Amino acid sequence: MTQMINLPLLPILIPLLSAVLLMFFPKRIKAQRVISMIGIAGTIIAAIVLAAEVKANGIQTVNLGSWPAPYGIPLVSDMLSVLLVLTSSILTFFVVWYAMIYMDESYERFFFYIGVMFLLTGINGAFTTGDIFNLFVFFEVFLIASYLLIVLGGKSGQLRESIKYLLINVISSALFVTAVAYLYSVVGTLNMADISQRIDELGSPGIITVIAIFFLIVFGLKGAIFPLYFWLPGSYSAPPIPILALFGALLTKVGVYSILRTYTLFFYQDQGYTHQILGVLALLSIVVGVIGAIAYRDVKTIIIYNIVIAVGVILYGVSAMTPAALEGAVFYLLHDMVIKAALFLLVGIMMAIAGASHLNKMGGMIRDYPRIGWTYLVAAFALAGIPPLSGFIGKLLIVQGGFEAGDMVGPIIILLSSLLVLYSAMKIFMNGFWGTPKEYHGAKAHLANRLWVPAAGLVLIAIAYGVGSEAVYPFIQMAVEPLIDPAIYIEAVLKE
Amino acid sequence: MKKQPNDLILQTVTTVISFIIFLFSIHLFFAGHYTPGGGFIGGLMTAAALVLLLLAYDIKTLNTILPFDYRLMTAAGLLIAVLTGAGALLFNEPFLTHAYDYFELPLLGETSLHTAVLFDIGVYLTVIGVTMTIIQTIGESE
Repeated sequence: MTQMINLPLLPILIPLLSAVLLMFFPKRIKAQRVISMIGIAGTIIAAIVLAAEVKANGIQTVNLGSWPAPYGIPLVSDMLSVLLVLTSSILTFFVVWYAMIYMDESYERFFFYIGVMFLLTGINGAFTTGDIFNLFVFFEVFLIASYLLIVLGGKSGQLRESIKYLLINVISSALFVTAVAYLYSVVGTLNMADISQRIDELGSPGIITVIAIFFLIVFGLKGAIFPLYFWLPGSYSAPPIPILALFGALLTKVGVYSILRTYTLFFYQDQGYTHQILGVLALLSIVVGVIGAIAYRDVKTIIIYNIVIAVGVILYGVSAMTPAALEGAVFYLLHDMVIKAALFLLVGIMMAIAGASHLNKMGGMIRDYPRIGWTYLVAAFALAGIPPLSGFIGKLLIVQGGFEAGDMVGPIIILLSSLLVLYSAMKIFMNGFWGTPKEYHGAKAHLANRLWVPAAGLVLIAIAYGVGSEAVYPFIQMAVEPLIDPAIYIEAVLKE
Repeated sequence: MKKQPNDLILQTVTTVISFIIFLFSIHLFFAGHYTPGGGFIGGLMTAAALVLLLLAYDIKTLNTILPFDYRLMTAAGLLIAVLTGAGALLFNEPFLTHAYDYFELPLLGETSLHTAVLFDIGVYLTVIGVTMTIIQTIGESE
């Protein structure tokens, strides 16, 4: 068989095509379910084949429209982007499975699956593109899909929060375009490899640092770092659980990925200023996230604040810029996507049983739902980073990298935060699953055991990821190579 | 407030003008390759012609004259655009690689046909579909 040159495209094209097909019959729920599941499964298969190809033959690129590299739009699949694409596709699979059981028909008839497929298109595209403006376009693709998903259902809380969400994202998108315009006026190109090369040639004039901070603000708004996270707790508590799981697991991580990409590919010359700011903001995000996570007794809000903590931990790893810290950041990024989705799904089951999201309304669930209780406990341990589970290696490497970079404060804050993360997750377990059972009136309580299956599937993946980290490690190492040495990335794209 | 339908001048003018706008939009669409124009502005212009019809008559009348489902039109436009790009996959070329050639057509003689036009037709249909969906949805909601 001749080599399939469009392979990096397939994880974008398959969900796009299925989204378009789904638009022809939005009211036929069965067909919607079947086609979207087939579409996601196809995306996963394509991502696996692509990962094998990248592992065997290095970075894969395809120049769309056959225009050579700096002139056309390239799609670049290095190991980092492939792993992220694979993780998001797998997550979407389980979340959509969960949604098929959980969602009311009124959601499914109004473009829910179409929204999810466009969301996946945009996210996979953002992870794969090698062009900064194309990155913006893919950001808009998944953001517009997320506007649909956040407001779907039209409850008053959703309407209020979606206005805030929309406003924040429109502003940050406008800033994104402005930042790209500044960058374009300085370097005169939009191709990411070419930008990196030109910035290198320019040395580091002050304007590049300004643009670096500009990008940090833009992606920080998308990825919810301190002090730009303020929109997240409100907006994320509005949509129903499966949509929240998609948002919590995927959307902020695209912002994190973009910071990771731009700060390792573009703005690596003058690290003293930019990376220090990034490090400080990351640590402050951890602190703020921890405060939120221990302050609240609403299960959804607790997990939402844990997103902010994880973003902080990953970005601290990026700011340290040592190989160990970057490996840790990538390890933790993948882990966090899976475990956040799993936790949201599990918390969603608790809310479905209790009919409320406040811990005061829960208690003693383990008597009637032992499987859900123990699955949640494993997920909570994985979140905090208890050794055999998935959160451990990533945090270990980040802490190690932080110490290597000569920072004493950061790693200690991260270690302390783990303790408090564990406390916040255990608070849900102790109050929700232990204690005296209460009367529950959840309208969806009878679905609990069916909902458990996809959630447990995700937890199983998280366990396998932690236990099999030895097997995953070569992939992570390969993902980090172009981050440490941008020349690898540039050479693969520009083929010089 | 119910408006009495005594828009004779408006309706008479509209029947003439909307055709001119429609022809102009088709012209803009096909001019796109060599001169300013293309699928987006062409689609907007066509939608403008339809909106003028909406202003002069009402939603029901327009639906009787032109019984399109604009949501399906959007979907069809997207499908055409995606498939045009994906056609390159069959020849193992990068996505969106276009092809063109010269053809002897019965009426037009030797004509250059480019697959980019197919992509533009997709854009054209999507723009009309989205614009009309927005306007009709807002117009119908009480």
